[in-house]
Amino acid sequence: MLQLNQIYKVFNEGTPDEKVAINHINLNMSPGDFVTVIGSNGAGKSTVMSVISGKLTPDLGTVNIDGKNLTELSEHKRSSFIGRVFQDPMAGTAPSMTIEENLAIAYGRVKSRGLGLGVNRKRRDFFKEKLETLHLGLENRLHAKVGLLSGGERQALSLLMATFTEPKILLLDEHTAALDPSRAELVTQLTKEIVSQYGLTTLMVTHNMQQALELGNRLIMMDKGQIIFEVDEAAKQELTVEKLLNEFQRIRGEKMNNDRAVLI
Amino acid sequence: MPTAIFGSLEAGALYALMALGVYLSFRILDFPDLTVDGSFVTGGAVAAVMIVNGFNPFIATIAAIVAGFLAGCFTGLLHTKGKINALLSGILMMIALYSINLRIMGKSNVSLLSEETVITKITEFWKQLKIDDAIQTGLSAIGIGGFIPKTWAILFLMVILAFIVKVGMDWFLKTELGLALRATGDNETMVRSFSVDTDFYKIFGLGLSNALVAFSGALVAQYNGFSDVGMGIGMIVIGLASVIIGEAVFGAKNIIRATAAVIGGAILYRIIVTMALRVEFLETGDMKLITALIVICALILPKVIDRQKEKQRKRKRLKAMKQADAEGRGQNLAAVKSDL
Repeated sequence: MLQLNQIYKVFNEGTPDEKVAINHINLNMSPGDFVTVIGSNGAGKSTVMSVISGKLTPDLGTVNIDGKNLTELSEHKRSSFIGRVFQDPMAGTAPSMTIEENLAIAYGRVKSRGLGLGVNRKRRDFFKEKLETLHLGLENRLHAKVGLLSGGERQALSLLMATFTEPKILLLDEHTAALDPSRAELVTQLTKEIVSQYGLTTLMVTHNMQQALELGNRLIMMDKGQIIFEVDEAAKQELTVEKLLNEFQRIRGEKMNNDRAVLI
Repeated sequence: MPTAIFGSLEAGALYALMALGVYLSFRILDFPDLTVDGSFVTGGAVAAVMIVNGFNPFIATIAAIVAGFLAGCFTGLLHTKGKINALLSGILMMIALYSINLRIMGKSNVSLLSEETVITKITEFWKQLKIDDAIQTGLSAIGIGGFIPKTWAILFLMVILAFIVKVGMDWFLKTELGLALRATGDNETMVRSFSVDTDFYKIFGLGLSNALVAFSGALVAQYNGFSDVGMGIGMIVIGLASVIIGEAVFGAKNIIRATAAVIGGAILYRIIVTMALRVEFLETGDMKLITALIVICALILPKVIDRQKEKQRKRKRLKAMKQADAEGRGQNLAAVKSDL
């Protein structure tokens, strides 16, 4: 479904601030795969997301979705089949517009936009039905401005907006990091439900190891722009936070002594 | 006095279209677009030159609207494709339009006094309806027949026109295209993730905004009987004044309310200016200063009022607490001490 081939991206090339954000990464996701990505700050996780979503173009390598090479396709064109939820609850919704209007914009992803009303009766019923799946009572507040919602409600709405049109790829960029623990748990549960309901091919970045273990069928660990550790479906079941930390220590520790290439 | 107020109502209705255009760029797209100073004149210039050259005034006005649309699109192109700062791209376009407007007119002033314009046409049409006479008898009956405007046509038809544009805008902003346009001004990151080409919507939105501004410019030129290269100076501030006064006085809870408020604001602004100019020591040249002062007041006053209300609320709260204190002194103090 999603293939990253030899992606390489460097920032500020030729200056003292030069930083290789992604160093020849390969990733191959099958339909329905749910991959969680962990790694320290500056590991290149967000850059990988940006390269997939089209916000950045890689210096080398290709991005393929469904067998098609999309490396040079612009961000807005690509987003017709990529759903995204951002870390900042403010980023995924339009605050001065109502809940139903926000959903109508999300709905426009799969339909070309014309001079028809954004929200008509048929759509309103459809939106209500979708909002009910969040169990937050938002279906009764269709005309409320999204700016009035709490961070958790907004993030749940963002998640719904990113997914209800069933995109080919879902990108979750630390989407629970800005929420308090109970709200984060709620959004995590919703993510689980929605992803399995639509069978979405999902890539999720997180700093929360527990969440990385709880969600998804595969896990990758990134460091310094490379994938340093990969766990498949069978092995992931056995994994614990402690084992993950040990693994991280082991790889990082060895790195000091050994040649980089041996490890990858 | 009534005649002066009547004139300001007429002008207010004409300038309301410009204010709606400014509302579109300033509020909906969140883009402070200074192109307005130039595109207003472009509208007047195109209409005037075409009318002088024998075109039908309605066709000339439509051409003016198209010219304004193109000017707005250029500003949008400078900003999105050229990556020039919003304010700067507007200023650049405004300056460029000054020369372009001079080229269109060929001189700095084109007179329309003996020409057939949209205004003369609708006045003639209105006369056939004989509504003026009816209103006149009505007014005489209630004893204010002494005040006789030349015609009610302009006021009535221009207010109707402003409302047609308003209703059209309300509708458009609810369509799929309109929602994407509003969201572009509200949260760019978000709409881009829903396959909205924000560059296109910015260019298109600025085009629409300046089309309305040029429409207003074309009508104002025909109303005044001339088009002048300097008639756009300060137009953006007048537009902002209308938007801000309207929102402060009439409220802007939703789009339908806000667009109505903008029309009201445009008319109110004209009335305020007319009243101010009647003050003995003020001259016509002081108008821009008055405009600036009005905008400053409209921006600061609501905040001052809010702060006063807040203070009053706190004072009340304090008073109520003191009263409660006085009533049950012993227990209350004890409670405070144990809290420490």
